[in-house]
Parts: sequence; C-alpha cells; structure tokens
Amino acid sequence: MTALSPVGTRIREPLVPRISAMLVMSVFTVYFLLPLWWLLVASSKDTGDILTTNPLWFADFSLFQNIGDLFAYRDGIYLRWLLNSVLYAGLGGAVATLLAAMAGYALAKYRFPGREFLFNVVLGGVLVPTTALALPLFLLFSQVQLTNTFWAIFLPSIVSPFGVYLARIFAAQSVPDELLEASRLDGAGEVRTFFTVSVRLMTPALVTIFLFQFVAIWNNFFLPLIMLRSEELFPVIFGLYNWNTQLNQIPELRSFVLVGSLVSVIPLIVTFLLLQRFWRNGLGAGALK
Amino acid sequence: MHLRTTAAAAVLAVGALALTGCGADSSNGGGDAAACTPAGEPVTLEFTSWIPGIEDVVQIWNDANPDIQVEVQTGPNGNSGTYQNFFNQIAAGNAPDLGQIEYDALPNFLVQGGVEDLSACENVVAAEGDFVDWAWGQVTLGSESSVYGIPQDIGPMALFYRADLFEQNGIAVPTTWEEYMDAARQIRALGGYITNFSQSDINQFAGFVWQAGGQWFSNNGTDWTVDFTDEASTTVADYWQQMIAEDLVSTVPAWTDEWNNAYNSGAAWTWPSAVWGANSIASGAPDTAGDWRVAPLPQWNASDAAGGNWGGSSIAVLSGSDHLYEATEFALWLNTSDEALAALNEAANLYPAATSGLALPSLAEGVEFYGDQAIYDVFAQAATEVSPDFVWGPTMTQTYADISDGFKAAVSGSGTLLEALEQGQAATIQTMESQSIPVAK
Repeated sequence: MTALSPVGTRIREPLVPRISAMLVMSVFTVYFLLPLWWLLVASSKDTGDILTTNPLWFADFSLFQNIGDLFAYRDGIYLRWLLNSVLYAGLGGAVATLLAAMAGYALAKYRFPGREFLFNVVLGGVLVPTTALALPLFLLFSQVQLTNTFWAIFLPSIVSPFGVYLARIFAAQSVPDELLEASRLDGAGEVRTFFTVSVRLMTPALVTIFLFQFVAIWNNFFLPLIMLRSEELFPVIFGLYNWNTQLNQIPELRSFVLVGSLVSVIPLIVTFLLLQRFWRNGLGAGALK
Repeated sequence: MHLRTTAAAAVLAVGALALTGCGADSSNGGGDAAACTPAGEPVTLEFTSWIPGIEDVVQIWNDANPDIQVEVQTGPNGNSGTYQNFFNQIAAGNAPDLGQIEYDALPNFLVQGGVEDLSACENVVAAEGDFVDWAWGQVTLGSESSVYGIPQDIGPMALFYRADLFEQNGIAVPTTWEEYMDAARQIRALGGYITNFSQSDINQFAGFVWQAGGQWFSNNGTDWTVDFTDEASTTVADYWQQMIAEDLVSTVPAWTDEWNNAYNSGAAWTWPSAVWGANSIASGAPDTAGDWRVAPLPQWNASDAAGGNWGGSSIAVLSGSDHLYEATEFALWLNTSDEALAALNEAANLYPAATSGLALPSLAEGVEFYGDQAIYDVFAQAATEVSPDFVWGPTMTQTYADISDGFKAAVSGSGTLLEALEQGQAATIQTMESQSIPVAK
C-alpha cells in the first residue's frame, strides 16, 4: 500500500508559497478567533474584574457562576429568549427550506408561461435587503393586527429568495428528467415524485438552504426591533441588544450581556458542526453553475 | 437587464411605502386636548418602557386595580430604537397608550404630533405641585396650560470626587469653577487629570450650560428660538476650551473601558455628573470603593446655588390612546406614590421627580461605596436648585450629533468648543426648517 501511495511522487508546492499560505491563514484564524476568545475570557470574570484585569487572560474563573446568574435573572427570561430564537430559526428555517425546495424544483422542472419572469422576480428579492423590508412589513402587519406576535417574526422568515435560486440551480443539475419520466411511468404522482425522488437528490442543497436561513433568522435584528414589544417574544439577539443599551444606567447588566452573547453562539456552532458536511457539498454545487 | 429593472421597481416600491409610513404621522396632531373621562368599563393599557424590572412595579398596580390593567412592553433604550418604534406605531395606529420618553426627546414628539395634551385631565393639572418645579417645566415645554407627560425621574448633578487623593495632596475640594480649574492645575502637576471631558455626552455639557443659566431653546407657542451661544453657553464653552488647551482634562471617549480604567486607576480625580452616575462609578471603578465622595457642583459665583441636570424621563400618553383618564391615573400613581417610587428606585435606581420621592427612606441611607456618605442628600439639595427655564429642542438627536462632531474636532485641536456650538446651532436651525418647524429669526 505504502509503495503505491502517491504522496512521494505528488508534485508538491515549493516550500515558500506553502509557508506563506499557512502564515496568512494563521493570521486570519487568529483574527477571527480573537473576539471569541475575548468573549470567553470576559464571560468568565465577575463584574469588577471585567474592567480591571487583563482582557485576554482569565482572572478568577466564575463562568459557571455567571451562567447560573444569567439563567436565574428575572425568572429565566434569557432562556425564554434562547428558546424563541431556536423556534424562529429552526421552524422558520425548516419551512423556508421546504417552500424554497418546492418553488425551485417547479421552476427547474416544469415549463409554463411566465416561468423566467417569476424566477427573475424572486431573484430581485435577493437584491432587496431584509432591513429595507422591515418597516413596510411592520405597516402591513399592523393592518392585520399581527405585530407583536409570534407570526410577525415567523411569517417573514419562511421566505428565502436565495433558497429558491439555489434550489432551482441544484434541481436542474442533480435531478435527471429521465428519472422523473421513469417515476411518472411507474404511476407516481407529481407530489409523490417530488418527496420520494427529488428531495433525496436535492438533500445537499436543502441543508445549505436550511443553514443559510437558520443563520439569517438567528441574526435578524431589525425585524424584531420593529415588530416586537413583548419581552416574552424576543429572540436572544434582540434581548441582548436591549440589555446592552441600558449599560450606562444599569452597569450590572454588563456581565449578563457578555455571558449571554457567549451562550447564544453555541447553538449556531452546534448546527454548523452537525451540518457542515452537507453545507460544503451544497456550496460547491451552487458554485458550479 | 430584466432582472435589474425588476429589482429597481421593488426597491422603489419599498421606498414609497416607507415614505408614506413616515409621513402619515404629521396629520394626526396631539396638540388638541382630548376628553379625559373614565371609560366606565374595565380597560387594558399598553405601556412601553425600557426600564428592566418595571414589570414588578406595575404588578403592584395591577393587583390593586382590576379595572385598569397595565400590560408592560419593552424595547431598547429610547434613542437606540424605541422612539423610532413609537413613531412607526403612531403612523400605523397601534402605538401603546403610554410610553417612556426622555425630557430631551419630548419636544420631538410634540412637533410630530406624537403625544397627547393631558391638560384636560384634572388629576394631572392637580398634580403639578407634587413634582420638583423644573421637572414639571420639562413636560409643559414652556407652554402656559399644556402638559405633555408625567415626570418620572430626574438627573440632578453634583461633583463625584476622590476624597482620599484630595486629602493626601492637600488640595481643597473646589466649590467654584474657578477653584476647580486651580485644583486641575495642581492635579495635573501631580500627573493626574481632574476629570475627563466627554466629547459625546452633549447632554452633560448642556447640564453645565443649564447650571450657568443658559437657554438653548425657547418656544413662544408657535416659533422656536435657537441660541447655543448665549452668554452662559459661551462662558461654559470657553471654560472647558481652556481646560482642554492647557491639557488639564483627559479626553478619552466616555463609557469605554479606557474611560472606566482612568477612574479605576486614579488617573481621573472627579466627575461632574448626574445622580445616576453614582452607579456608573461603583461598577466601573470597583478598586476605588470607599474613596469617593459627593460634593455640590462647583458654582460660577461663590454666592450662587445653581444646579444642573443631566437626563431624566417622563411618561407620556401617545397619540391615538382612547383612555386618557386611565392612562394618567396609572402614570400619576407610578410617579408619585411612595410604593411605586420606592420600587422603581430599588429596581432601576430611578431618582424620582416627585418631591415626596426625594425623601424615600432608601435615599436617606449612607452608601458603602461612598464611604457611607448619605450622597443622595447632596442630590436632593441640587434637585431644588435647577433652573426651570431650560427647554429642549425638537431635533435633539441631530443637535447632539452635530455638536459632538464639533467637540471631537475641538479636542483633537481643530476648532473650539464655541465654534462647535455655532455650527451645531446653524445645523439645528437648518434641520428644523427642513422639517417645517417654525424658527424665529
């Protein structure tokens, strides 16, 4: 086996470019990880130490104490926010993925008048930043009395123009027409064909869409800012922002904001670790077209 | 190409919608006094405030008043989003009945028709005497008979100082601004700074001007007058300009770690600040516990006793509310009853605007961080010495931003504080005119 291994014969990059590439990457790794490191260190300090000790190294380690305090503060409102975020992002991401998959699949596989026009309208949606839509959405939701409800965040979250685009590209590429023909000949209806054949072939793209949408909803700040007024509906990002705006007057909140930020990153990291395999596939697929 | 036009059309549509949204609120004025009569049936009010823990205070009211239930809603600090939300909600017709509005933002709501005039409510008119007189001036906005909110908290100013450092170095605690500058020179010679001049806290600077008897805005009922360079403002600006020019004050950005550290390490010796600043020092400079004391704000003339104010907010009834009577009943209870004031003080360190609140038992105690000095006595005294004439303008967000830009330039050596005020005044007049707010020439 070792004799056949290509390692010895592979044309290797000269040493200097390899080292410099590593160097550049290390610098960027440090650059991106440093804020996280700071957050971890700051979260482990009590309120006094945050401002008075070395910001990049631990003082008295009271991370778990801080987390306990955070979860206990105001009857665990933070946990409620975390749960809300998981609901908005998880459920919203799942429904958005399903809708995007169906729309993208239909655009890729069915020929009907106005198909390109519809697709272009959806693409236009990609170009409009969600921030610009928040105020119009607020006025629309006000008309139907849905502001300050779960639906005010959930409904706008289940549309993903970028997801439709990705699903269309991927469906066109990975779902062969012959397979659909065969499935139809075997007597499967269109819906059944979609769910049993096409969805499986499209899985990598769907995971990508889900991840994109999950992150987008999780980080969506402007929509909750405009829509929500009841604390028990807040997603975690917005709740932390609210606390952060009080720091001048109520400095005790500082450590809650820090620990809260640290804890709020964890679900994102977990989701990424679980799904990153698919994510890479999906990204590659999207890039090919 | 097709794609681009579609997108452009979409953006245009969005823009148009946003414009109609923002423009709609100017028509439904809040200037006309609505009827203030009991609804005669159980009412649920919506109340938006960003004070953490205010739910617990409101719960006391809800338990005692089954017919007027108050639902607390929350959001970020006013300028960080809640004010904009109020305007959006007023435009959409679903604003809360009651909203927390800081004094310096209230005129903006008034000119935009965002708040109800409460002068039709007898309970409100009768409550005038319950509040510190100048705090009442902050909600009548200089008018004869109108009332646009119920004062909640105030921020009378005093001088926080490092008693240990002053004593060790044989420097007397300054009682006038002249002595303050002399002390600053002595402290600078020892390597410290007497204080940090904040380039961004324009409302702190306004507090100094307020103390000196300046008046940035006035309103004769129709027209606004804008004057940032009256005698008092000029005196204050020149004074701090000299402090900066002689390098007697540090100029690090306020509310940063660097700033906290200056206080914690003893590099900065004093802070002329508001009552709520007591907490900022205690948390920002924990190593100095026990070393701080509070003295009255230095005076411009040794014989004067003039106070300044920095911060404070009111509870206003937002336009569109159908329950003026119930809303004012609640707002008055929240801001005048001993139980509510004590609870607000405990939950969020609010320093009450009601005169009875100044005598709260919790405010009479010594504070450990300040060497058990009864610091609130100093603030209670200061609260009675603030001028009732100072009025905020209707575009303070812009005003603060413009003056702050000038101050930042001044501390880095280009221009002076006075020039910054001149530029701020010009920009403010321009902004008001562009919003069709009448400005007297």
